[in-house]
Amino acid sequence: MTLLEEKQLIPTEETKHATTEHHEPSGLIKWLTSTDHKVIGKSYMFTALILMIIGGAMALIMRLQLTSQHSSLLSFQQYNELFTMHGSIMIYLFVGPFAFGGLANYVVPLQIGAPDMAFPRLNALSYWLYLGGSIIMLLGFFTASGAADFGWVAYAPLSSAVNSPGAGPDAWIAALVLTGFSAIFTGVNLVTTIFYLRAPGMTMFRMPIFVWNMLVTAILILMAFPVLTSALIMLYADRHFGMDIFSVKGGGVPVLWQNLFWFWGHPEVYILALPFFGVVTEIIPVFSKKPIFGYKGMVFATLAIAALSTGVWGHHMFTTGVVLLPFFSLLSLLIAVPTGIKFFNWIATMWRGQITFTTPMLMCIGFLITFLIGGLTGMFLASPPVDFQMHDTYFVVAHFHSVIFALVLAAVGALYYWWPKMFGWYLNDKIGKVQFWLLFIGVNATVVPWYILGLHGMPRRVAVYKVGMGWHALNIAATVGADITGLSFLVFLLNIYLSWDKKVPAPSNPWDGTTLEWFTSSPPPTHNFTRIPPIRSERPVWDFNHPDAIAISAHSQKAPLINGAPPGNGRATNGNAREATISGSANSGTTETVESD
Amino acid sequence: MGRNKLSRFKHLKRVFGAGGLIIILATVLSACNLPAFGGYKGATAQGHDTHMLYAWLVIAAIVVGGITLSLLLWAIFRYRKKSDTIPKQFQYHIPLEITYTVIPIIIVLIVFFFTVNVENKVDAVSTHPYVKIKVTAFQWGWNFDYPQLHVDVHGVTLQNPEMVLPTGKTARITLVSADVVHGFYVRQFNFSRYAQPGVVNVFDLTVRHSGTYQGQCTQFCGLYHAEMLFRVKSVSPTQFWSWVHQEQAEGHSKVVSQLPSPVVKVRSTNSRTKI
Amino acid sequence: MKVEGVVLIGIGLFMAVVSVGYWFWSGEPSGTAMLIGAVLLGLLPGGYYYWWAKRMKPRPEDRPDSTIREGAGVIGSFPHGSIWPLVFGAGAFLFGLALAFGWWFLPPALGLMLVAATGVTTQSRRGGTI
Ligand code: HEM
Ligand SMILES: [Cu+2]
Ligand SMILES: [Cu+2]
Repeated sequence: MTLLEEKQLIPTEETKHATTEHHEPSGLIKWLTSTDHKVIGKSYMFTALILMIIGGAMALIMRLQLTSQHSSLLSFQQYNELFTMHGSIMIYLFVGPFAFGGLANYVVPLQIGAPDMAFPRLNALSYWLYLGGSIIMLLGFFTASGAADFGWVAYAPLSSAVNSPGAGPDAWIAALVLTGFSAIFTGVNLVTTIFYLRAPGMTMFRMPIFVWNMLVTAILILMAFPVLTSALIMLYADRHFGMDIFSVKGGGVPVLWQNLFWFWGHPEVYILALPFFGVVTEIIPVFSKKPIFGYKGMVFATLAIAALSTGVWGHHMFTTGVVLLPFFSLLSLLIAVPTGIKFFNWIATMWRGQITFTTPMLMCIGFLITFLIGGLTGMFLASPPVDFQMHDTYFVVAHFHSVIFALVLAAVGALYYWWPKMFGWYLNDKIGKVQFWLLFIGVNATVVPWYILGLHGMPRRVAVYKVGMGWHALNIAATVGADITGLSFLVFLLNIYLSWDKKVPAPSNPWDGTTLEWFTSSPPPTHNFTRIPPIRSERPVWDFNHPDAIAISAHSQKAPLINGAPPGNGRATNGNAREATISGSANSGTTETVESD
Repeated sequence: MGRNKLSRFKHLKRVFGAGGLIIILATVLSACNLPAFGGYKGATAQGHDTHMLYAWLVIAAIVVGGITLSLLLWAIFRYRKKSDTIPKQFQYHIPLEITYTVIPIIIVLIVFFFTVNVENKVDAVSTHPYVKIKVTAFQWGWNFDYPQLHVDVHGVTLQNPEMVLPTGKTARITLVSADVVHGFYVRQFNFSRYAQPGVVNVFDLTVRHSGTYQGQCTQFCGLYHAEMLFRVKSVSPTQFWSWVHQEQAEGHSKVVSQLPSPVVKVRSTNSRTKI
Repeated sequence: MKVEGVVLIGIGLFMAVVSVGYWFWSGEPSGTAMLIGAVLLGLLPGGYYYWWAKRMKPRPEDRPDSTIREGAGVIGSFPHGSIWPLVFGAGAFLFGLALAFGWWFLPPALGLMLVAATGVTTQSRRGGTI
C-alpha cells in the first residue's frame, strides 16, 4: 500500500497504536540504531568534515611539493596518488554527502513540517553505505599497489587492469559503487519526503527555496548517479573479466568512458552546487530582514539549471575532437542565464534591506564574490577555442576551485546558521568572523595565482615542473594562500571547541528565521514538532511573528496572491492568532503505526 | 516612497543596458591591438584567433563582473542595518526580472556567435598543407613522423624530442596515441588536443614567428606524465628543407618505429561539428 | 500532487527536445541513450503523479487554504531506531572489500545482507515504511 493511499484513508481522529518496542536505547547503541534524520544528518556532516580535513591535508602536502621547482619531497607515484585521492575525497566523499546527506537530511524534514524522512531505515542505510565506502576508499593507501592514481576521473584506458593494476584502483571502484548507491537512496528518500510529507498548507510554491533546490538536486541524482554506477561496474568488469568495453584492442571504445563519466560528472557539479545555492537563499533573506526576491524566478532558475546541466557533459571533452562543439558550447553558455537570475535575485534581496553581518551572512557574501569569479571564468571554458587553450592547465584547476570554495564558504555559513538549531548552543560569532576573513582571503590568494599559472601554460596533475618556465613565484603565492585556507579550518575547530566548552544556549529562533525549523525547540524533539503555525506563504514563522509585515510585490504595492490566497489570511480566519495548532502526527513522540492488511 | 523605489529600479535598468551596449560596441570595433591579459598572443595563426576571442571575453567579463560586483558591494554597504524598523517586504518586480533574464541571453548569443566563428577557423583544415606530420603520443614520449619526407623524429621515453615546422606555412598534424589518452599542448599556440587510442585527430598549425616553443602533455597519462615534454622549432622554409635533407642523409628514417601501431576506430568528427 | 507531476513532466519534455536535437545533430548513440534515460526519468513518475492528481482530491498540502488541523491523524509510521540498516551496511561494506581484496569476503557479506533484509522486512511489517 503506498503512502499516498494511506493518507487518503486516514481518519482525522488520531488512531494511535502504541508499539511494543518502547525501550529507549542510549549512547553508542542509540547512535548505531538511530533512524532519526537529525542524527543521521549530523553523522553525515561530521564524517564529511573529517574527510575534508584528510583531503585538505593531502592538498597542503601537494602544495608543499609544488613550492619548489623540481622538488623531490614526493615521488611521482606519491603525488599521483595524492591528487587522485584528494580530488576523489573532496568530490565524492565531502561536498556531495555533506550537502544532500547532511544538510538536506537535517533541514528538509524540518522545513516542510515532517516528522522524519519518508524512509528512515533506508536513510540510515545510506549513511552506513557512505561510511563503508569512505573507509574502503582510504584503505586504498594500505594496499601493495598504493591508492588509485589515475585522477578522480579515471579515464580509460589508463584505468585498465594493464595500466593501473592492483587492489588500490579496485578499492576506489568499490568505494564509489557503495557511495553511489548511498546517493541514489538519499535521492529517492528526498523526493518522496518532499512529495508526501509536507505539512497541510505547504503547497509546492510555499516550500522554502532550500527545499526546492534539494528536490531538484535529488532528481538530478536520480538521473546521473545510475550512469556513474553502471560505468563503474563496466570498468570493474573490464578489469577483472576481460569485457573490453573500454579497450580498443578488444573492440571497445575508450571515449565511451568519458561520455558516461561526464554524463554523471556535469550534473554532479550542480548536485554539489544547488544545495548551497539553497543555503545562500535561506541565509541572505533572514539577515536582510526581507523575503527572497523573485521566489518564482528562483524556482524556475533552479529547474532550468538542472535541465540544462544534463545536456552539457561534452564541454569536458571539447579537446577530444569527437564531440559536437556548438551544441555543448551553446547549452553550457546558456546555464549562465539562470545562474545570473539567481545572482541578481540575491542582490535584489539585500537591496533596501536591514543587513546584519553575522558569520553566516559574511560567508554568504564570500560565496557570492568567489562564485562570481568562478562563474565568469566558466564562461571562458564554455567557449571551445578558449577551452583548447585552457584545458588541463591550472586555469581549469583555478576555475573549479573558485566554484567549489564558494560552496565551501556557503557550507561553513550553513554550519554557523543551523548550529544553534542542531545543538542548542551558538558557535562564537567573533571567532567566526576571523575564520571568514582567513578563509575568504586564503581561497582567493590560492586561486588567483592558479589562474595566471594556467594562462602561462602550467599543466595540471604534474608533480614537478621545469626550471625556467616562469612558474615558481606564482606557485609560492598559491601555497601561501593554501596555508591561510588551512589555517581558517584550524580556527574553525578551535571555535567548535571553545563554544562547546562555554556553551551559550540558543533559543528556538535565534536569527528571527522565517521557515518552520525555527518554530520548534533547539534542538528539536525526536519527531520534530509539537506545534506548527499556519502556513500561508513560504515564510510561515515570519508571518506568525510579524503579522503586519507580509510580503508584497514591488511593482504593484499589493500583496501577491500566492496560489489564490493572500499570505497571512489563513491565520486571521483561523482565529487563534498566537496559538499554533497542534500537528496530529508529531505531538506524541511515540511511534505510530498504521494497521495494514 | 514608492516612486523613489521605482526610479531606483529604472536606474538599475539603465546600468544594465549600458553594460550590454559597451560589450556590443567593443565587439563591433574588433581592433587588433588588445592587451595580452596574461595569456599568449598566439604564435600560430589559429592561436592568434583564439587569443582575440579570449581577450574580448576578458573585456566582457570585466564589464559584466564589474557591474555585478558594484551592485553587490553597493547593497552591502548602503543597506547595512541602521534601525530596527522592518524594511518593506517587496518580493516581485517582473519588469526587472525580465530585464536581467533577457540581457544575459543577448550576451550569451553574442559570445556564442563569436565562439562559432573562431572555432571554425581554428578547426579548419586546409586541402593543401605544406607539410604533413603524424604525431604519436605514447607513455611517456612523442614520435614525429613526416611520412612524405621519410623523416621520423623518433621519440624515446622521457626525452625532449623536437618537431620542426616551416614558419608561415600550414602544417597538417595527425594526432594519435599508442596507449592511453595524452594531451598535445604548446602554450604559445593557445591550443591543445587529446591524443587518444581509437581516435585520429587532425588539425592545422600555421606558425607565424620562428622560434622554439615548449610543448608538454597535458592529459594525465600515468607515472611520468609530468616529464612528457617536447619542443616545437619553427624555422624558415629554407632552413626547414635543409633540416629535412640532413635528416634524410643521416638515415633517421630507417629507424623503424617499435611503437604498437594504433588501432583506429573513430574518425575525428571535426567536419561535422561545423555550423 | 499536480505541481509535482508537472515539474517532472516539464523536465522530461525539455530533455526530449534536447535528445532529439542531439541525435539529429551528432548521431552519437551513447549520449542519446543516456538522454533518453533522462526523458523517461522525467515522464514516467511525472505521468504517474499527474494521473493520480486527476483522480484524487487535493491533499491538505496541495491546497493553499488548508489548516494544520486537517493533517491530524497518523501520516505514517516512523521507527525510533533499527539495527538492520547497520547490519545491511556492514554486509555491503564486506561486499566492497570483496570487490577490492578478494572473494573470501563474499559469503559473510551476502549472509549479513540477507539477514538484514529479512530483519527489516519483518520489522517494517510490524511498523510501516522502510
Ligand atoms: C585547502 C584547500 C585546497 C587546496 C590547497 C587544494 C589544492 C589542490 C591541488 C594542489 C590539486 C592538484 C592540482 C594538480 O596537481 O593538478 C588539487 C586538485 C583537485 N582539487 Fe583541490 N584543493 C583544496 C580544496 C579542494 C576542495 C574543497 C575540493 C572539492 C570539494 C577540491 C577538489 C579538487 C579536485 C576535484 C581536484 C582534481 C584532482 C584531479 O586532478 O584528479 N579541492 N587541489
Ligand atoms: Cu561540466
Ligand atoms: Cu600525460
